Order: sequence, then structure tokens, then C-alpha cells
Amino acid sequence: MLKRLLSGNEAVARGAWEAGVRVASGYPGTPSSEILENLARYDGLYAEWAPNEKVAVDVAIGAAYAGARALAVMKHVGLNVAADAFFYASMTGAEAGLLIVVADDPGMHSSQNEQDSRRYAQFARVPCLEPADSQEAKDLVALGLELSERFDTPVLLRTTTRIAHSSSLVALGEPPAPSAAKAYRVDASKYVMVPANARRRHPVIEERITALSAWADEAPCNRLEWRGRRLGIVASGVAYQYAREVFPEASTLKLAMTYPIPAGLVRTLAAGVERLLVLEELDPFLEEQIRLLGIHAEGAAIFPRCGELDPTVVRESAIRAGILPAMDTAQQPTFTENGIRSLPARPPVLCAGCPHRAVFYVLRKLNLVVNGDIGCYTLGYLPPLSALHTQGCMGASISVAHGVAQAGSPQQNVAVLGDSTFLHSGIPGLLNVAYNQGRTLTIILDNETTAMTGHQPHPATGRTLRGQETVRVDLAALARALGIAHVQTVDSYDLRAVEQAVRAALSAQAPAVIVAQRACALLPGVRPTWHALAIDPQRCNGCGRCFELGCPALSRSKQTAHNGRALAQIDPLQCTGCAVCAQVCARGAIKGDQEA
Amino acid sequence: MDKVDFVLVGVGGQGTILASDILAGTGLHAGYDVKKSEVHGMSQRGGSVTSQVRWAEHVHSPLIGQGEADLMLAFEKLEAVRFASLLRPGGVMVVNDHAIPPVSVSAGNEHYPADDEMRRVLLGVTPHIHVLPAARIARDLGNARVENVVLLGALSRLVEIDASCWLAALEERVPERTREVNRAAFLAGREAIGSPISS
Repeated sequence: MLKRLLSGNEAVARGAWEAGVRVASGYPGTPSSEILENLARYDGLYAEWAPNEKVAVDVAIGAAYAGARALAVMKHVGLNVAADAFFYASMTGAEAGLLIVVADDPGMHSSQNEQDSRRYAQFARVPCLEPADSQEAKDLVALGLELSERFDTPVLLRTTTRIAHSSSLVALGEPPAPSAAKAYRVDASKYVMVPANARRRHPVIEERITALSAWADEAPCNRLEWRGRRLGIVASGVAYQYAREVFPEASTLKLAMTYPIPAGLVRTLAAGVERLLVLEELDPFLEEQIRLLGIHAEGAAIFPRCGELDPTVVRESAIRAGILPAMDTAQQPTFTENGIRSLPARPPVLCAGCPHRAVFYVLRKLNLVVNGDIGCYTLGYLPPLSALHTQGCMGASISVAHGVAQAGSPQQNVAVLGDSTFLHSGIPGLLNVAYNQGRTLTIILDNETTAMTGHQPHPATGRTLRGQETVRVDLAALARALGIAHVQTVDSYDLRAVEQAVRAALSAQAPAVIVAQRACALLPGVRPTWHALAIDPQRCNGCGRCFELGCPALSRSKQTAHNGRALAQIDPLQCTGCAVCAQVCARGAIKGDQEA
Repeated sequence: MDKVDFVLVGVGGQGTILASDILAGTGLHAGYDVKKSEVHGMSQRGGSVTSQVRWAEHVHSPLIGQGEADLMLAFEKLEAVRFASLLRPGGVMVVNDHAIPPVSVSAGNEHYPADDEMRRVLLGVTPHIHVLPAARIARDLGNARVENVVLLGALSRLVEIDASCWLAALEERVPERTREVNRAAFLAGREAIGSPISS
């Protein structure tokens, strides 16, 4: 059998294709984004980027109502956006398999929280599957779709960063058999959730969970592995791998379905071991279900509830709890940061040539309170720019800014969000500002892509997921259509133009929008236009003003000016030639190679 | 070798992900089970990045623990120090002689440690440290981006796997038009690795 090294995300895409998924929709979000990008490379199915996750889940539901196997894909916080759709789908069921794939981010590598999305499965009375490696990620897509059809329910496939972005070997299966589209079957009493129908459906979904609980004990995906009897461990997902690594002698109940849990298997394990542990990341989700069975199990009291697990965290927690003996000191790492008290941190930064940088420089100069949003531009909060002061969730910026303004603070504030985020969930907020005649200035940082998650197209890029040309929404015209009269478009790289536009908008005494436009410097089409600038050492006097931009291409050189201050230098590999620093330099010391 | 655990550390944008892909592919060519783990997204924007590659007959965890890596490939000096505790005592380290000052250092708020300070810390973990100027070698080859493959070439001399496994994995993962320069970079890295540094 042909085996390939696939990431969890690639494996989910492969599994969806092999299982005959016909329609897939989603919104990019780390760590889930590569699933749809990979799925779109297969033939025989329809895959799209939706403007947000709620739209994506509705699309998948519609396809499943029409008899096509369907997939919706998002990161954990995307499921918050899509929750309304997720809950009604649980009530209605569908005519074909409906799988909602959600990728959690324990450790918050690229997220604003580390919510445990398994709670949504329990909340909406929907089964939850969790893969422990790429092979299982592929296999559980097929199983999830089968369960969905057999029990007439959506199924939640929950991965985490370490599954999504780890690669392991996967045995590839056969391509799907071709299937024809089905005639639409009308069943209004099942699919129209008016109260009378919904009241009839609720007992059905409760019975469904009871039936799924019974199935869980027979399910081949839940596996009881007998080893030593001193310790028994219940685990799922990547935590199972850590359990095998740290407790190789323990008997283990490996769950692929984590809601509902197999009560019989848990009881069997509990009865056969001296001590029962639950190893899981984030919430004590399995532990609570096990405790509700009246079984004594230990989990959250031993292992941390915050952050990502790894073999070291698991081992050290077990040592502290007396489950494992303390490590032989000879084996312990001897490393200490002897002599270097604190290493300079290296947080993520706005890239060299990032068009957001100039806008933040102006906002800081004007001493404005900035209500920000989710995207690369969130990094504008970091020093030296320090020009973003709130950020909570997708699309929040405009409405938070409107609320701040209505609170009557004398300090002026603005909303800042990206093009993709504006289309995701910023539009209703802007509509609210226009409708209620707030004074909020909204700056849309239009870099012509969804940059942070890896340059996915969106409705204002004129391209689809598959790269086809399509209509391109005009952001300025859209803002006008929503009722904003004062709309101006500027070049993000032009410091003076940005400053003039912001000053004009703030004095307009009316709701305003600035579209600050410039393509992300890392887009493949932009890279060939890069041309590095250089410092003229005769002119630079080491004043350091250019460092206020926080550009990673600019650093202090070993050369000093006559006043003893370090001259600036430019890394020619990183510099894109955006020339924002040249506009900041009072001495005209930053020039193109040919001019310097 | 029963198993080999690698950790790659560097700065977002240096090509650590491609390097870990090639390393994973090499393990497969050598007949091992392989797992590879990395983080995408926000940390990629010029921040510290790590990826891990494990080779063994059967690999469970995609992540290794503190003090468990057999080999570390450091694309940047400060990151070598930051993540040195992942290496097992006496493990082997390949360090790119390349400093990328974080923005906090450029802004004058923090200090980039001196070479001898860093050397002292690293030698506290292991005496087996190889330093090479991969960035300069890549520039001399006419393509600064192949720095990552120069480093892999150096690493290949420290792992008892036939060079053909490395080259096969390399060719599977680089675009056709850069195949020649990548091959040259790999061979240049193999040549460039010198004896371990001494205290």
C-alpha cells in the first residue's frame, strides 16, 4: 500500500476526497487553513473560501440537505462565529454526511484564546471525533461521514495544532467512486425549525446521543490496550501519543470518539487498574464525563489545564504527583543560561515592507486610541509602534470603536482592520456606525489578501480558492453603499497622504472610512518588485528615528557617526524598498542602491 | 541508529520548514518511521521558530521533551542559545554563524549577546558544536535562500545515513529550476563542516 508523509491537514483533505465529499467551504484560520487549500487540488468536488465560518457551515448544511457529502472547515474561534448554524444542523440532521472540522490551538500559537471546542459537541448534542495522528485524521473523516449518515447528525472532527501541523505516514486509499447529484427531497417538518417542528426534533436528538453512546462501546475506533495493571490512562488526540511516550507500561483506553464516551470500556479499564488517569489538553472534558459515570479518575488535578502539553510537561506533572519517580539527576539537562541573564525576546513582527507599518506610525504620531482586529496588523501593538490598543475577535474593531466613541471619552479613537476581516464580520459593524450616525473613523488596511494565514484570496481579491478570476468587491463603494459619505482611498506607503487622510476624516464630524491600499510585500506577484535601499553613511548621523518604525530590515551597524552614535544599516535580503523609512529620515540618508 | 531526534531552530522566513521537510523525507528514504512537527501562522512573522523531526522504528509523540534532541540545527546563533535546553547533554549542534538582531535590539532596548558569551553557554550543554558560515556560502553560490540546504549538508556528515537518501529527499522537495543550486548547496555544506569548536 502506498504510504505518504502527510500533515494532519493534508490527511483530512485526502480523507474528504477519498470519502466522496462533494462540497466544502471554510474560512482560513491557523491551524486549519491548509485543509481547504489541499482539498481544492482534487477533482470531482466543489471547494470554496466563504467570507466567514457561519456562511461556510450554512453552505455545507445546504449541500448535505441536498444529498451531497459536505465539509465545513475552520479554526476553533470560527466555530463561535458558526455556532448558530452548528446548533440548528444538530436539530435537523441532513440527507448526507455533514462533517464540521474544527482545529483548536492549545498553547495559542496563533490565536486569542485556547477554548476547547469539544464543549460544542456536547452543547449541541453532536458526536466528536479526535485523531491522534495523520492516518487517523484521514480515517476519521470517512468514519465521521458514515456516522453522520447512520445517526442523522452533523459530526464534529476536532484536531489541534499538533495534529494539524505534524506530519506522519498515511496509507493512501482509492479515489472515490463517481456519484451523481440527487433529486432534492422535500421534508419541511424536518428542515423547517419553527417551534412546533423543533419541539418534535429535540427528543430525537437526545435519543440519538443515547444510541451513539451504545455504539461507542462497540466502535473499532475506541481501543483498549492492556499493558501493566498499576496505571490506566484514558487519552485521545495527541495526548495519547504523549501517554505512550511517558507511560509505556500503562494500560490505555485510546478514544477516537470523545463525545459521547464509551461507558463500558471506561468501566472495564477502571476495574482492571489500580489508578485511573485522564490525559487531555485544555478542559477536563473526558474527565468530567468519566466522573459522571461515578468512576474516580484523576486528570486536571495532575496535568495543566492551560497551554499545550508535551512529553516534558506530562512527565514533570507525573513526577510532581508521585506517579513517576523523580528523574536521575545525571539524566537531567544541565543547561542553564549561565552568564546570559535574559536573552532578547524575538516575538513575531510586521515584516520588512509591510504596508501596515506606515499607517500605525501615523496613528501613533497623532496619539489616537486604536481599536484593532485580528490579522497581521495586530502586531502593530508591539513596541516600538505600540499603536494598537484593543483586539478581541474577528470584526470587533469597528463596533468597539463605536462604543468607545459613544462613551464620550475626549480622546479620539479609530477602528483598524484588514480587508479580509472587514468582509468576514466588519460589514455589520460599519453599517451600525452609519445607521446610528456615529463619528467613528474606520481604516481598512487593504493588503489584497488574507496575509496572516498564508495569503488566501477573499471577495475583494478577484480570485477564488481555485485561483479562478471572479468579481472583485470594491471596498470604498461598499462603504458608501452602507451609508458612509466620507470615504477616501490612500497608498499605505505614502506617509504624508495617510496622515492627511486621517486628519481630514477626524475633522469631518461624520462617520468616515479610509481604505489604505497596498499589496502585502510577501505576495508572489510583489516579490519581483523588491529593490533594497541603502544607508548613505555620509548623511546618517545615527539619530535612530528610522528605528521607531520597527522594521526588521533596519538595524544598528558597528559603524558610528562622528557623534559616536551607531549608524543605521539595511539588510539587503529583507529590504523591499517600500521607502517608508526614507520618508521618516530627516537627513535624506536612505536611498535606492543606484542613488546612494 | 535506533532513533534520531532532531530539532531545528531559527527565525521565521529562514527556510526551517523546507529543511525539516527534507529531513523527514531523508528519514523515510533510510527506512525509518518519521514524525515532523512545526508551527505556522503568527510566529512565522520574523519570530523564533522551531520544528522537530523524529526518526525511529516507531514514533509516538510528534514532539520531543526538554533535553531529548540528539541533534540541533540552529539557523541563527541567538536561537541556538534560546533553545539549547532541547538538546540532550552531549548531543550534537550545528550552528549557522549568522546573527539576526531582533527588532528590540535594533531599537536599542536590548542587547544581542556576544559570541563568547553564547559559546560558553552552548559548551555548557555539549562539547560537540560545529559552526559554519552558511549564509556566506549560500551567497557565494549566488542564491542566499539556499542557506537552509547548506546547513542540511553540514548536518548530513554527522548522521550515519548514506548521502543518496539526503539527495533523493532534497530533489523531491525543491522546485526543478533550483535543483542544481540546492544540490550544490548541500554538497558545499558537507564540505564546509569543520571540527567541533573548542572551549
